[in-house]
Amino acid sequence: MTARVGVVVFPGTNCEHDAAYAVRLLGGDADLVWHRSTDLTGFDAVILPGGFAHGDYLRTGAIARFSPVMDAVGRFAHAGGPVVGICNGFQILCEAGLLPGALQKNAGLKFLCQTVALRVETTSTVLTRGATVGQVLQIPINHFEGSYVCDARTLSALRDDDRVVVRYVDNPNGSIDSIAGICNDARNVVGLMPHPERAVEDVLGSSDGAVLLGSLLVAAASSAPVSVVSSPVRP
Amino acid sequence: MRFHAQVDVTHRPGIADPQGATVERALPALGWTNVSKVAVAKSIRLVIDAADEVEARSQIDDMCRRFLTNPVLESFTVTISELTPSGADA
Repeated sequence: MTARVGVVVFPGTNCEHDAAYAVRLLGGDADLVWHRSTDLTGFDAVILPGGFAHGDYLRTGAIARFSPVMDAVGRFAHAGGPVVGICNGFQILCEAGLLPGALQKNAGLKFLCQTVALRVETTSTVLTRGATVGQVLQIPINHFEGSYVCDARTLSALRDDDRVVVRYVDNPNGSIDSIAGICNDARNVVGLMPHPERAVEDVLGSSDGAVLLGSLLVAAASSAPVSVVSSPVRP
Repeated sequence: MRFHAQVDVTHRPGIADPQGATVERALPALGWTNVSKVAVAKSIRLVIDAADEVEARSQIDDMCRRFLTNPVLESFTVTISELTPSGADA
């Protein structure tokens, strides 16, 4: 079965075509889903791509959380559907309460656009099931507000429950405990600052992101169909 | 009743404030070498209709916790004043 992936587009999203391209390159189907949509029925996985949703007004991800599609994303996630937030998508998942913590401005206060080494910390998530623990991947980052922060209790829970998905080998942005990506309790929602969709073929400088998005497609193809409609009535 | 509210949103301790840090670094160039702890905060102003000040404050606190601020990164203070019926204080 070919996995069908919904790539959510908010006003200001700018990585949706990269994400859709990567999904198709890896053998999946990808459809762009406008943020006004309230129906994710028929999708096997959802990607919240990078960008500046709603201009990042107020805070990164703060307004996007109220887009009609986010109610459907929440239901999709709670029903067990695989959801991955990349960069701004990670920030949105945190603001929406689907992942704990938040992303603050990088230590050093510089916008970072470079390829970094990421270490896979767990393979028990929808994004890393095809990787191996300790595997080091070369993946680009492209963010100003990517320094992961959370309270001490959350950090303990993330460590104890094996929910740190990827860590920076050489922490570029001051993230607490070098965290680059985390997952939820059920391990079907993953957020990460690096962009695996920009590292899926050698011509892009690295194809190391393929193992991550390939994992997502395998998880999507094997997940039970999720029927999800947002609760608010479409205007 | 109608109230004017000002919500001041500040970074929690330990959260980066690049604007504050940059302003602090620039001040000595103009001779102010005696300034420290510069913080650039966010101010949100709004007008709210509510039965009384307690109700207005309660709703604004709720807004702050659920939307206007992120408790991981920010803390807030709310200042409320009653507007006269003519809106002369607005």
